[in-house]
Amino acid sequence: MSTSQPVSFESSVPDNLKGLVADWSSDVQTFKVRWSKAMMWIFLVSDTFIFGSFLSAYMAVRLTTTVPWPNTSEVFALHVGGADIPLLLIAIMTFILISSSGTMAMAVTSGYKKQRVKTGVLILLTALGGLAFVGMQMFEWSKLIFEEGIRPWGNEFGAHQFGGFFFMITGFHGLHVSIGVIYLSIIAKRVLAGRYDRLDDYQIVEVAGLYWHFVDLVWIFIFAFFYLW
Amino acid sequence: MSEQEKPFKHPSFYPGDAPETEHPFSLYISVWILLFVLSAFSYMVDYMQVEGYLRWFLVTVFAFLKAGLVVGVFMHMAWERMAFLYAITLPPLFLLALVGILAVDGAFVYYIRDLFMSLTPS
Repeated sequence: MSTSQPVSFESSVPDNLKGLVADWSSDVQTFKVRWSKAMMWIFLVSDTFIFGSFLSAYMAVRLTTTVPWPNTSEVFALHVGGADIPLLLIAIMTFILISSSGTMAMAVTSGYKKQRVKTGVLILLTALGGLAFVGMQMFEWSKLIFEEGIRPWGNEFGAHQFGGFFFMITGFHGLHVSIGVIYLSIIAKRVLAGRYDRLDDYQIVEVAGLYWHFVDLVWIFIFAFFYLW
Repeated sequence: MSEQEKPFKHPSFYPGDAPETEHPFSLYISVWILLFVLSAFSYMVDYMQVEGYLRWFLVTVFAFLKAGLVVGVFMHMAWERMAFLYAITLPPLFLLALVGILAVDGAFVYYIRDLFMSLTPS
């Protein structure tokens, strides 16, 4: 199919259960979205299964251990002004990641309005938020490794399996954030260079946004199930 | 200029695209604030040292509320057609089966370990 050939997906099929059946039946395209968006979503579903399996495995192992699980409020406490504030760093990291998700959502909207500079700057802000997040994670890891002596095979706070799951889950999430920062930097550069103005299409910004929001989404569950549970 | 030589241009009338241009920043800022508030609530659960089932219940509820906001508004799922929405959101529900199976197994392993430890003189 030639890319210059516009294909209309406007249909008279309503968006209800009848429409659902109609979209999935007959000889028509099922997903009435751009392929790039559909593919990113399908990738994200597969990623959901990866993180879902990690968190399920963590649950299974935590259930089996007869030794108490380390108390995360103590392990991740930060010593500020003579007092230990539980999970302070994690709270700040959560704040930063949610903020970067907010700026990304605004970048997507600006992209649809084809506002070049605004979109580019907002994506750059998002990438900066991601960079700050990874930086703080590095700080968190080094504190845990060098000061608290937590290892994947053991620690002094409780069940030995804690370290393995902590490093695997947050490490894999941190990898996603790092890749996201690179991805967003490339998109921001292209936006600011006017590439999507020439194409007259900012769809790619929404697709990149989906990835970034997913990183935030995974963090929500890691925060809930690993740090707070 | 023939049809082929025209600059590459995507059609902008995909149903999922349409509402984009209408979303005001204020919508995202409200969701953003709501996410902060919900995160603060989760954090307070830990800070106020709520324990046991209430803790797990609250933490899970806040997490899923936040996830709903992110997927629905930030990722625009609320404006997608049902055929797409269900194709993406239903498959991850299979994870619940995995969680269920592993929970039963984990509890059983804990039980036999506990039994073994109680029989072993310490």
